[in-house]
Amino acid sequence: MVILGLCASLGFANAQFLTMQNLFDLLTSYAFVGILALGLLVVLIAGGIDISFTATASVAQYVTLSLANAYGANWIGVFAIAIGIGGALGALNAIFIQKLRIPSIIVSVATLNIFYGLLIFFTGGKYIYSLPDWFATGIFWFEFEWGKDSSYGVNLQILALALTFLVTWLLLNRTNIGRQIYAMGGNTDAAQRLGFHIFGLNILVYCYMGVMAGIASLTQAQLAQSVAPTVLVGKELDVVAAVVLGGASLMGGVGTVFGTFLGLTLLAILQNGIILLGISSYWSPFFVGLVILISVSATAWSQRERRSQSASR
Amino acid sequence: MATFLEMSGISKRFGGVHALRDVDLTLEVGEVHCLVGENGSGKSTLIKIISGVEAAEPGGRIAISGKEYPKLNPVYSTHCGIQVIYQDLSLFPNLTVAENIAMAHHLGGLHSVNWTSMRATAKATMAKIGVEFDPDAKVSELSIAGRQLVAICRALAADAKLLIMDEPTASLTRHEVNALIALVSELKRAGICVVFVSHRLDEVLEIAERVTVLRDGAKVGTFAADTIDGGKLSHLMTGKSFEYQIQAPELAAGPVVLEVKSLGREGEYEDVSLQLRAGEVVGLTGLLGSGRTELALSLFGMKPPDRGTIALDGRPIALRTNAEAIDRGIAYVSEDRLTLGLILNQSVTANVTLTVLDRLAGALGLIAARARQTHVARWVAELGIKVSNPANPVKTLSGGNQQRVVLAKWMATNPRVLILDSPTVGVDISAKDGIYEIIRRLAREGVAVLMISDEIPEVLYHSHRVLVMREGRLTTDVAAAAASEDALRQAVNA
Repeated sequence: MVILGLCASLGFANAQFLTMQNLFDLLTSYAFVGILALGLLVVLIAGGIDISFTATASVAQYVTLSLANAYGANWIGVFAIAIGIGGALGALNAIFIQKLRIPSIIVSVATLNIFYGLLIFFTGGKYIYSLPDWFATGIFWFEFEWGKDSSYGVNLQILALALTFLVTWLLLNRTNIGRQIYAMGGNTDAAQRLGFHIFGLNILVYCYMGVMAGIASLTQAQLAQSVAPTVLVGKELDVVAAVVLGGASLMGGVGTVFGTFLGLTLLAILQNGIILLGISSYWSPFFVGLVILISVSATAWSQRERRSQSASR
Repeated sequence: MATFLEMSGISKRFGGVHALRDVDLTLEVGEVHCLVGENGSGKSTLIKIISGVEAAEPGGRIAISGKEYPKLNPVYSTHCGIQVIYQDLSLFPNLTVAENIAMAHHLGGLHSVNWTSMRATAKATMAKIGVEFDPDAKVSELSIAGRQLVAICRALAADAKLLIMDEPTASLTRHEVNALIALVSELKRAGICVVFVSHRLDEVLEIAERVTVLRDGAKVGTFAADTIDGGKLSHLMTGKSFEYQIQAPELAAGPVVLEVKSLGREGEYEDVSLQLRAGEVVGLTGLLGSGRTELALSLFGMKPPDRGTIALDGRPIALRTNAEAIDRGIAYVSEDRLTLGLILNQSVTANVTLTVLDRLAGALGLIAARARQTHVARWVAELGIKVSNPANPVKTLSGGNQQRVVLAKWMATNPRVLILDSPTVGVDISAKDGIYEIIRRLAREGVAVLMISDEIPEVLYHSHRVLVMREGRLTTDVAAAAASEDALRQAVNA
């Protein structure tokens, strides 16, 4: 509702907003955040949290494209490598959390710094500007014409975003494992008593985050046409914003793919709107923060109402 | 009747402690059996052994449906149809009713969810016991009684043949308890054996066909329910007799400390007038939802009333917050000791000193360690709190001892009015007696005590006056000596 309202008002305020060009651009540029948000959603539902994904993504990006440059590869190859790296780093997170019984927030802050630190150390912070040609061109499916000059199509970013949304939705709503993840987030003790494989589920969840990080990293590299090891780290809060705005609870057990999509959209519209309306982009974090505060308070308040209604028996 | 479960020679040791000593138990198919015993009597250990979570010492024998099981584990026992419903119900509040009920079919495996068949299973199981919840409703939206029914459905969906329920009636209203009792009869008719573990002896006698009493890890005996009564049961459980008589009203009960006139709060209670005198214990009972807890919360300043007056020592006061109430000497021990009364992970010391931290602080506002230790030691001695080391987290204490910690915390504020909400819930018989003794002592010292309870005998035998609330109104106000259990029961339920 809010989103539609915002869209409408922005559309009036600035003719540029509702153009296909703009909307496509938005989708493309927010694919990175969106894919990561899906990974984070799964982790949150399971009752954990992970903020090391930007570092994981940076590592995946760098290693994959260095290898691709050095040895040559194709689409399947790069994605396989990126997913492998992401999954491995995610598994590391899971192992530290489960085996050492450290709260997930602490582990992920630690791994964020460890992965990032190692990356910068080994690469010296150097950018990679030359990417394999086929990678740089990207993909462009389903071309179609709209309006006068431009042709639009599904590019890599949009394709990756759509696919990951679909897969995550299937995982959470259609598979057993997905429901077990929800269960584990809702009541870990009960899940254990029922014999759920808590360790296995956790590994899966954090690996999934890592895999998403790997995929997102490639879409970002393709979009930016370069690999910059230093730029991704720092974007964590946008991802958290998208997921939280979408209704996921930091306590675990609550969250939907559709909600995350809406959260992502809201974030995108907000930030885009600020630019289009000519407001200084320094205000952007302020508005994003404000919206998060309002929406989370509204949710908490309505939950409190509901709880006091059922509690007074 | 065929025998479902036969256990003999069951012992269990944890380190040097004998949790169970040579216990035997026989459960018939379709019988309703109650297991009673004090905290520490070995009840939970026995249940854990039946469900396979713990293994008995070698030498014991377990046979289920005629088949011997030298080693029992949770997988086998579930396979045999043994299901345990713990007090916390082990449900997933964020998942739907259907998912929770059909959980058994979801274990392991990597297959896709069949929402339709899950809903069908849930509906079928619910129909078996005659309940109807929306299968797509989230369990967090249900009341406690509702959640319990979902837990029972889940056990049924997992093909339960033996259902063990741990303190199932602790949070239920009378009405819901009756529904549960009717349900147990249904289950019995379906050939399911039901084992209840409960502290509420009168309920135990109402439901059970046979009762097994454990004491200090040994079985005292198994009795047919119609051959024993509550007094005999408590005697068997503790080895002591607890004879309660109605207290004679204090001849010269002290001056009125708290007077309430026509108090009302929208949607909760109205037109309540009562008086609390120093040295008098007033019992308040009524069904859940009758407004009793809300009234107590108003007297404590947590939910200020809309209408009416409260007067302390004759002077009208307006209590807007509970901090104000505490300052004026009104203390409130909540119903839910675990979430509202204690900070479970913190030490006994921390919990006991919580209310008087400012008194223990020195010049700079820092808490004097020695003053704190003395304070805690005094209360531990006065209230008989059994704890080996006050630095232990309070969650390691038994229910009765935990309640004493809560009482210590409030008594340290030297209250003039002490409101107790269900003070002996989840506390076994001899610990209950200890708490009643503390209440009597408080009354002798001149505190005005308002004791809210679900158990009519408790209210009748341990107060000087009894009040009954129904649907937000105070309907009865009699001296305990002039009341009877039946009359009170009628007043509460009618």
